[in-house]
Amino acid sequence: MTTNQSSIQHKSDIPFYRDERVLQIIAQVVSAVLIIGAVIWAIMNFLKAAEARGMTLTLGFLKEAAGFPISNPPIDYDPSMSFGRAFLVGLVNTLRVSVFGVIGATILGTLLALARLSTNWLLSRIALAYIEFHRNIPLLVLLFIWYFTVFAKLPKVQESIAWPGPVYVNLRGFYITWPRLTETSQPFVISIGIGILLAIIVYVILRRRREIAGKETHYSRISLGIVMIFPLIGWFLCTGSPLWLDVPILEGFNFRGGLRFTPEFAALFVGLTMYTAAFIAEVVRAGIQAVDRGQVEAARAVGLSTGQVLSLVVMPQALRVIIPPMISQYLNLTKNSSLALAVGFQEVFSVGKITINQAGRAVPVFALVMVTYLTMSLLTSFVLNLYNRRIQFVMR
Amino acid sequence: MFRKTLPVIAVLIVLSVIMAACGGVETVTVVETVIVEKEVPAAAVETEIFDRVLARGKVVCGGRTDLTGFGYLDADGNNIGFDIDLCRAVAAAVFGDPNAIEVVPLTAADRGPSLQTAEVDLLSRNVTWTASRDSQWGNFTTVMFYDGQGFMISKASGITSTDEFDGATVCVTTGTTTEQNLADFFRQNGMTYEAVSFEETAAVYSAYEEGRCDITTSDKSQLASVRSGFAAPDDHIILDITISKEPLTPAVPHGDDVWFDIVKMVMYGLVNAEELGVTQANVEEMKSSENINTLRLLGQEGDWGYTDLGLDATALAQAISAVGNYGEIYNRYMGPEGIAFTLPRGPNDLWSNGGLIYAPPVK
Amino acid sequence: MAATEVVQETKRPPQPPGLLKWIRDNLFSSWGNTLLTIVLLPITVFILFSSIRWMFVGADWRVVTQFPLLYTVGQYPRDEIWRVGIGLSLIIFMLGASWGKWGGLLRSISIAFSIVFGVFALLPVQHPELDLGMRLYLGANVLLILVGYWIGRIQYLKGGHIVIGWSITPILAILFLSGFENSSTLPAVGTTLWGGLLVTFLLAAGGIVLSFPIGIALALGRRSSLPVVSAFSTIFIEAIRGVPLITILFMFSIILALFLPSESRIDRLVRSLMAVTFFSAAYSAENVRGGLQAVPHGQIEAAKAVGMSNFQTMLFITMPQALRAVLPAIVGQFISLFKDTTLVVIVGINDFLGIGRSIINSDPEFMQLQVEVYLFIAVVYWIFCYLMSLASRRLEAAMGVSSRL
Repeated sequence: MTTNQSSIQHKSDIPFYRDERVLQIIAQVVSAVLIIGAVIWAIMNFLKAAEARGMTLTLGFLKEAAGFPISNPPIDYDPSMSFGRAFLVGLVNTLRVSVFGVIGATILGTLLALARLSTNWLLSRIALAYIEFHRNIPLLVLLFIWYFTVFAKLPKVQESIAWPGPVYVNLRGFYITWPRLTETSQPFVISIGIGILLAIIVYVILRRRREIAGKETHYSRISLGIVMIFPLIGWFLCTGSPLWLDVPILEGFNFRGGLRFTPEFAALFVGLTMYTAAFIAEVVRAGIQAVDRGQVEAARAVGLSTGQVLSLVVMPQALRVIIPPMISQYLNLTKNSSLALAVGFQEVFSVGKITINQAGRAVPVFALVMVTYLTMSLLTSFVLNLYNRRIQFVMR
Repeated sequence: MFRKTLPVIAVLIVLSVIMAACGGVETVTVVETVIVEKEVPAAAVETEIFDRVLARGKVVCGGRTDLTGFGYLDADGNNIGFDIDLCRAVAAAVFGDPNAIEVVPLTAADRGPSLQTAEVDLLSRNVTWTASRDSQWGNFTTVMFYDGQGFMISKASGITSTDEFDGATVCVTTGTTTEQNLADFFRQNGMTYEAVSFEETAAVYSAYEEGRCDITTSDKSQLASVRSGFAAPDDHIILDITISKEPLTPAVPHGDDVWFDIVKMVMYGLVNAEELGVTQANVEEMKSSENINTLRLLGQEGDWGYTDLGLDATALAQAISAVGNYGEIYNRYMGPEGIAFTLPRGPNDLWSNGGLIYAPPVK
Repeated sequence: MAATEVVQETKRPPQPPGLLKWIRDNLFSSWGNTLLTIVLLPITVFILFSSIRWMFVGADWRVVTQFPLLYTVGQYPRDEIWRVGIGLSLIIFMLGASWGKWGGLLRSISIAFSIVFGVFALLPVQHPELDLGMRLYLGANVLLILVGYWIGRIQYLKGGHIVIGWSITPILAILFLSGFENSSTLPAVGTTLWGGLLVTFLLAAGGIVLSFPIGIALALGRRSSLPVVSAFSTIFIEAIRGVPLITILFMFSIILALFLPSESRIDRLVRSLMAVTFFSAAYSAENVRGGLQAVPHGQIEAAKAVGMSNFQTMLFITMPQALRAVLPAIVGQFISLFKDTTLVVIVGINDFLGIGRSIINSDPEFMQLQVEVYLFIAVVYWIFCYLMSLASRRLEAAMGVSSRL
């Protein structure tokens, strides 16, 4: 581009309007003035409009009572709490569906990629059909299909489907029997924590030792053992059972108890996961195909099993190609969760929109929503890029 | 990558600092604008919206296309309904042409912002007039429909009164007063509920009809409208309880008193026409009526203020001949032979018939 | 799982082997594969069979067949519908002319369009909206493509003329659609009445055409040596890529008006178009930047050495190579833009999906037929997106992209 050549030709007899350095400075000043000018002009217009129509621009209203309900809030919430709290509920909902979605989409996407590469023609075609179906249909249409034609058509409460567990499925949600901690569960929880911590330490130490000494130290088996034994010890240390089974029962209008997912959450989760999985499948497939075939053959030749070839040779190399596009898929999933308002699930954007309507402060609320998403995106890509850099470094 | 995101993060931080310090920023701007305001001559009346309407040759109405009776589409895709007719009346008064309107379909949550940003000239989309909306959204003209919030339940649920509501699931539209009234109602009665809320009215009732909720709640007129559209209307009951006051009122953006007055005058004109017996059919012959009030209404005698507002003398006559008087509009959609559904006039009858509809005299 | 055998996708053998051998190789090559096939085959057959049966027996397609005009043009006044027809015909004619001039991919597109028009013109069903006039119009479009083709073949008609034609026709079509105030022949039709596929295509085509140059400018801006320009471009790109499209749409449809002088009022549809455009531009910019980075520095030095200016180097050396390198990514971006236009439903614009939803809501009876409506909409989107990716693959092959990457 325009760099670094000016110094060669620069002579004192060049008029200033042909001197590239001067022109560059002028260009910068002009563009800065234009852009900043436009921004200031917009802000002036806005302040004028805000004053004329009596709009307030502070975030103070966040402390006022929200007055609107949120369905099945993940953290304690009722309409008498503040707008700020409602916003927090929305944020937790966004994070919840994004985290679940990322995990689900990664698993499903990887399976699809493997299916796509299978030597079984039928399996490979089914995977292809799945991928082509999801990649070419707008997510919003898929969400409408999932919510209005699948989850909203589940049987009524009185006619719930009962699966062993028991798990009850009806159009008010999925109710799953779920273990919950009792009051005397402290030793159990603490021992799980210690177990996980210890396992990580042992894993790191033993793994390093193997890398140095070159001897098999069984690091993964030993740390897995630690993770399993400690909770058992904790269980016996408790005076009673540390867990109790929360079984959903039909009471009044609805089921109570158990772990519950609303149909709105389920539709969003299933839609997002299945949609993103199609894209992840293509990413993973490209990554696996990028691994040189000679590598696989060489690994076979030294006697590694199919599983070992995949986990020790193919995947580590494929990850280098996979991680960067994977990051953008994860970010897409998080951002796409904002379509939740179409299926009645209250996350950040949806809560923001309700707040705008109830409290009337469009601009501050909107700025808050934008900043929240931006922070989330930047933090995620920052953390994942750190991981990416580590992987790329180790591999080379 | 991080180096590239760094400036963005920096901007973010600056932004959040500004937002956090917004209180301080705001006071500064207020001082500035006060100074600016003093330079503007106080006598000049702002006619920003009305000028814009005249220049455009059309009234832009915030409306809806999904509520039978109030704002919906006919078979040819034309906008019709009670709220739409009010908008047409204003267009007829200003331009003599009831079709000089453009209906912008708004969701419940878009009503406030579209009025604040003056995207619409007139919001006629069954909006409840509340004190906070009046101060934040715009100017509310005059109540054109007295409504109240009620509950609809399915017969199958076995509920007969609100005492049995504890633990129920309720379908409701987000961003409405309904949503808040609902929360207040349950809180006051010490009952719990689960809300399922959608932005789209149609989604709310579709979810209710499927059985996602035990109860749905809204303005009673809306419930009646929706129930009439159900596959089996008789399976649903609208409970005989009203938990709130919902005065549905057309509103205009803040800052243009002339436009505010014009819309009010048209609304008053429609009500007075019914009181004086002026109908769509007889408006021409009424122009030679004996009744002096009728003559004033139709612009045949005296000036009720049309000169000051910049309207024709026959502005109200044009409105009435375009859409009929208040009662005619009501009956067109909700009367005994209404094309949408039937709802007794009740509080929406003229004051002289025991209702609440009352308008200042036109003189 | 048999899939763990990591194999490059098998290239098709030069001569098709016998059917039995193919089945043995692809379905029953090992124990695992045999088991998999035995499990999957009945499931697949069952699903295919029951969905086909549902399509022809169970489904009620009234919600689709009753409203062809609503799906295509929305609330556009029926008396003025001929204006949409003229707009479409203009584009069709240009397509035919381009086919005549350049052939290749355009040939397949033109033929596909002719077949679709022809089939609808001769469809052996009674339908109130498919009257004789409509059939004649559809048939005339097939002729128009051929006439265009013939004109495109004329020797002294240069490619430049057709490019000029392409830049004028959309403007003409839009003028035809929107009409003029105070005109009796072409009365103004507000965009609130536009809807259906018309709006979807307008948003998608407008977004693609407008976002691409902005994207290139942003990419160049971000790589610029001028720190101010590069900082602004970077902030713009990263800020837009960091938030969901729906927030940007919402910003343009609600908040933007506050930041403009109060007397200005930008049309609702245009505001949505702006939002889609800026959103897509930020993503295009990153794609183009990737392409710019892939161009070897030696190319630029060589161009300099033969005395090309910076501008010439960019225009004739760097940009063509960069764009060719990232063609698949760019087309992928266009496809996702096309899909993303559905989000305008949330800000109250009746695009193709929005019309489907209002049809569902228009009659309580249709409430039960949501599956049919959404499947129809999904299939239409699927066809267009799939065709776009197919065209992209053909284009890549023609330009030799894949062989170089």
